[in-house]
Amino acid sequence: MAEYGRVREGVRAYGLIAGMWVRSTMVYRASFVMTTFGNFAATFFDFVAIMLMFSRVDSLAGWSLPEVAFLYGLSAVAFGMADLLIGSMDRLGRRVRDGTLDTLLVRPAPVLAQVAADRFALRRLGRVTQGALVLGWSLSRLEVAWTPLKLLLMPVMVAGGCGIFCAVFVAGAAFQFLAQDASEVQNAFTYGGTTLLQYPPAVFTEELVRGVTFVLPLAFVNWVPAAYVLGRPYPLGLPGWTAFVSPLVALACCALAGLAWRAGLRSYRSTGS
Amino acid sequence: MADGEGFIALEKVGKVFEVRKKTGFLKRERREVRAVDSISFTVARGEMVGYIGPNGAGKSTTIKMLTGILTPTSGRLRVAGIDPSRERTRLASRIGVVFGQRTTLWWDLPLTDSYRLAHRMYRIPDARYRENLARCVELLELGDLLDVPVRQLSLGQRMRGDIAAALLHDPEVLYLDEPTIGLDVVSKAKVRGFLKELNAERGTTVMLTTHDLTDIEQLCSRVMVIDHGRLVYDGSLTGLHAAGEGERTLVVDLERELPPIEVPSARVVRVEGPRQWLAFPAGQSAAPLVAHLAAAYPLVDLSVREPDIEAVIAKMYAEKAVS
Repeated sequence: MAEYGRVREGVRAYGLIAGMWVRSTMVYRASFVMTTFGNFAATFFDFVAIMLMFSRVDSLAGWSLPEVAFLYGLSAVAFGMADLLIGSMDRLGRRVRDGTLDTLLVRPAPVLAQVAADRFALRRLGRVTQGALVLGWSLSRLEVAWTPLKLLLMPVMVAGGCGIFCAVFVAGAAFQFLAQDASEVQNAFTYGGTTLLQYPPAVFTEELVRGVTFVLPLAFVNWVPAAYVLGRPYPLGLPGWTAFVSPLVALACCALAGLAWRAGLRSYRSTGS
Repeated sequence: MADGEGFIALEKVGKVFEVRKKTGFLKRERREVRAVDSISFTVARGEMVGYIGPNGAGKSTTIKMLTGILTPTSGRLRVAGIDPSRERTRLASRIGVVFGQRTTLWWDLPLTDSYRLAHRMYRIPDARYRENLARCVELLELGDLLDVPVRQLSLGQRMRGDIAAALLHDPEVLYLDEPTIGLDVVSKAKVRGFLKELNAERGTTVMLTTHDLTDIEQLCSRVMVIDHGRLVYDGSLTGLHAAGEGERTLVVDLERELPPIEVPSARVVRVEGPRQWLAFPAGQSAAPLVAHLAAAYPLVDLSVREPDIEAVIAKMYAEKAVS
């Protein structure tokens, strides 16, 4: 019950602070429009690169362009939403270094929520939009035999994927309590992770796929559930039910990330650095 | 709440940091730094206390423990009966904190937006919020600034804005870390006047750290000095001057060059053309000395210089070593 109250408080504080950031960015409206477009364009060219590759080859490790676009769209939407929600958490290290984290610690709201809402930027909708467009395009080209279960899996896997990426952001931020210049390490897992997921698992070595499945379970963002939707073999020969566990994996990751965050904050409060 | 033990109560509170120093590739040397070393004091509700000491003495560490930012390594600490490090968020709505060099205001937004956020984040009842805001706006002269984006405010205006932001939720205690640092004389006077009134009318307990002895002189009946993590003095400012044999300096500009001034209560320490420096005991008022000079010498200008804290503390130590 106490936990529930804290979550509610956190969401409330998040909303208040994110709202302030939206107002702050709207002060520079032209800049907002330009960066949103830039965000969209940068990710757009990202996909153009994949299309160019397919102008030379018909398939990538046996995957057609619409199928790769399906992976790409799912990963981009899930990551884009996590990035929109809490993407600025990689600035935590800077807040620790310059001491401004202290000003958040004296407010009557959970610190995690305050840090998550820090520099909330609507321009990140650009990435989500681009991902959704690619996903839409792929769905129009794919010949999937839709069943109710497959339809249900679509939002479930996007939500689960978003949760998994959120957990990576939180864990990365927690790590920055110990190493304040580690935001690049975090980027390797977040931005790097989403790029990885845009390609079929078959193009990577088995060790890497194993790592991305069992150590940092990014495979549950799209690889495993998409395999079910597309009727493709599962990576690493995983059993069929694993296509539906993304939300559970996300929950477990978030719980672990939450513990890491708690430990990080405790260490900050005992060392002050 | 146990008011008997003091509104703020510290009992042998210590804070040890472990500092890791790189001594080679991957090799690190660990060293313990005692930032605060077994400090005990109590502050009663409604007191106004100055907390001073040289850089790195442990001032900020103490304030951070009192606000719940840092967890003490040892000892017992209570503010309003609450253990700050355990119940940080519960305590947060009962305290106000102003970090002199870090604004909590929203840079790109009008000042009033920052106050609206505080209104909602601290869940301040509407009537109370309006009343407190009106009061702060009047006393801190913020009326014309409310619709100005914070980035366009001067340092002094921003500091006043920050102080108002820390008080909208009626905190029982206000911590100020260097509230007058970098401010011009007029802004300093406004800030001090406001704090004095806040303390007198609302009975808000105020604890401030500063490098400016004038802050202490004009505001605090009690001063605590911390050095190397230890409380080395706790008492009145006059007592501190006596303990440190502090001297203030009166800088006198005469109409023309004259031989060293001769007055009973001060001695000339330096002469440079028409300007002369007179040292007099810090515990003593400058008024009779000035009156005396004005009557006997052709004065153009006068100014009083306070001894700096470092000097006072250094003298205190020298004293201790001798006795």
